[in-house]
Amino acid sequence: MSAPIATTPSDIVREAAALRRSLDAGFREEVVTSLYGEVERLTRRAVQDSGSGPLELDQRIDRIVTSRLLGLPLMLVILAVIFWLTIVGANVPSQMLASAFFWFEDLAAGWFTQLGVPWWITGFVWHGVYRGLAWVISVMLPPMAIFFPLFTILEDLGYLPRVAFNLDYLFKRAGAHGKQALSMAMGFGCNAAGVIATRVIDSPRERLVAILTNNFVPCNGRFPTLIMLATVFVAASFPPAVASLVAAGSVVAIVLVGVLFTLVVSWVLSRTVLRGEASAFTLELPPYRRPAMARILYTSLIDRTLFVLWRAMVTAAPAGAVIWLLANISPGGVSLATRTATFLDPLGWAMGLDGVILLAYIIAIPANEIVVPTMLMVYMTQGRMLEIESMDALRTLLVDQHGWTLLTAVNLMLFSLLHNPCATTIITIYKETLSVRWTTIGALMPLALGFIVTMLTAAMARAWFGF
Amino acid sequence: MSVEHNCETCPVHAEMAPLGATVEAFDRVVALAGNPNTGKSTLFNSLTGLRQHTGNWPGKTVTRAEGAFQFAGLRYKLVDLPGTYSLLSTSDDEEVARNFLLFGRPDCTVVVVDASALERNLYLVLQVLEITDRVVVAVNLMDEAKRRGITVDTRSLSRDLGVPAIPIVARTGDNMMALVGEVAAVAAGETVTQPLRSKGTPAFEHAVTTLVPMIEAAAPGIPNARWIAIRLLDGDVPVEEALASGRLAELVARQQAPDARFSRKIALQGAQ
Repeated sequence: MSAPIATTPSDIVREAAALRRSLDAGFREEVVTSLYGEVERLTRRAVQDSGSGPLELDQRIDRIVTSRLLGLPLMLVILAVIFWLTIVGANVPSQMLASAFFWFEDLAAGWFTQLGVPWWITGFVWHGVYRGLAWVISVMLPPMAIFFPLFTILEDLGYLPRVAFNLDYLFKRAGAHGKQALSMAMGFGCNAAGVIATRVIDSPRERLVAILTNNFVPCNGRFPTLIMLATVFVAASFPPAVASLVAAGSVVAIVLVGVLFTLVVSWVLSRTVLRGEASAFTLELPPYRRPAMARILYTSLIDRTLFVLWRAMVTAAPAGAVIWLLANISPGGVSLATRTATFLDPLGWAMGLDGVILLAYIIAIPANEIVVPTMLMVYMTQGRMLEIESMDALRTLLVDQHGWTLLTAVNLMLFSLLHNPCATTIITIYKETLSVRWTTIGALMPLALGFIVTMLTAAMARAWFGF
Repeated sequence: MSVEHNCETCPVHAEMAPLGATVEAFDRVVALAGNPNTGKSTLFNSLTGLRQHTGNWPGKTVTRAEGAFQFAGLRYKLVDLPGTYSLLSTSDDEEVARNFLLFGRPDCTVVVVDASALERNLYLVLQVLEITDRVVVAVNLMDEAKRRGITVDTRSLSRDLGVPAIPIVARTGDNMMALVGEVAAVAAGETVTQPLRSKGTPAFEHAVTTLVPMIEAAAPGIPNARWIAIRLLDGDVPVEEALASGRLAELVARQQAPDARFSRKIALQGAQ
């Protein structure tokens, strides 16, 4: 070539672009194809697979676990079994913890009264802060102590990469990354942990999709609400023998709704504000390992259960105080809680809920665990959170005294799936994205969806079924 | 090309000693590349002993591990690159591995492959061969492959790839001396390799040979202009940006700089 050699970098880039245009459009594919061909040729020459080696147990299991036909149903069954064990196993310890805590509350409040402490201090400390803590511990500790070890066993066993493999196809169709299945799975434990887990996704676009949609799967703090609703409203009409199965089944159903929303919202995001293709990635299915039980118990109980419980307690104590104050400060004879609830009632009605539920969700922004106790507290005239001794009593309170219907229960389940993330998750989203804009979208988008979806279901239920 | 396997009878056998992270200066730098789950870390540990220096790669949250061993009177620094499946995509791991191979100028690069999944592992080997001549392929997990009824003919592989391929079992330390001996020979230039490089269409080769002198003129001392040219033709945006902003030349310099810093750190540790 007689042309002078250009030496500035931009000249080189321009020249490269010109040369690229002169090449066949498909040259890049040709390069890749020839690479693959080369590798295949090399392998054929160097490797002798006698085929006599026994098909590894791993591979035989994987054939079933990741098969097109059985992979997804098997996953659902495993999920249902875990929920069922959690529901059945947590029931009795929860009741025992609650009785013990509330027995002590009465005892301690009695001491305070005997010592001549003013009633409002006794109320604030024992019926406010302590009761908030007691509720959170007795409602959350037993299910977590069962759910987290079971989840960690699956993790340790090597099942989670298979879940990602099974779901990859769906996430890819939604324009998202297959590894989003992993961060989503973490979200069942804690959405803040799920948001951090999106770090396994390399592409910033797909990572953002995973962060923004993580809140659509219910976390551990929201499961007690779902489990209670499933037990009291859905399973109550079934014979006791199958009631727990029905309850577990309805929780799985609501989880599936959450996964559906994850996929649909990912699809919409990757076709609008976060446009782009799903990137390819290599997912290695590690060999199955025998779970190390001692380590599982340690990580799941110390690192996860106690960590989440501590976080819940830190937020529940002040929330308990706020609830007590709202319920006991009564300018003009009507408590602040009742006033706010009345103010929110019209919006609540449009959503098939009521003002009390919305108030509970506002107070529960720091931690979703305290939604149910807050609700019950406002419903009760005593002005403090009460432990309902039996599910029948709960049903009587909600249905007979406060006009709950199946619509209320279903919409509350939907709303507990679709509303703003808790404060910790919002802070985590900010830390991971370092963007006020994406944090705002991450907080408000699920809330807006929650309003729309519950209003639609309420309107339809009222128009067609006469609720 | 000589692919003679040194073995335990080799006179220098006694001279191989892990140094952990206690050496102050190095005669050779060896990079360790490979897919995840190929026993790369096992190999790294058995060569260097347990005292290693770990830190992050500059500006990245990717772990960088270094150690050292001594062989036949020479001190080798071993740099453990992040486990990757390719060097093409834009993840931090792959960028770190690729930049070190391109600009860190290791005297030898060991690519660890899994004998029971050779096909999947060879993509990375071919990509490394595009960047550097001085490569030894360590075919690890030979025992596991055997258990599955898979035999790997490392001679054939070595012939086809044009670089030494040594069968090893890193877990038990099997054949490790042969590997180290071959690494020493390649690093010293005693074993001359002829790495397999895919030839493109004539038009493609013409495009490459047009670009290479331009790149060499723009970034003097660049180790692998051919590779840069291919990436440019492929429309690799990070490489384009690195070139346009003059960062390419800077990268060449910077890959040496952290080396010096790390060596000092390791020296300090040794003194303690």
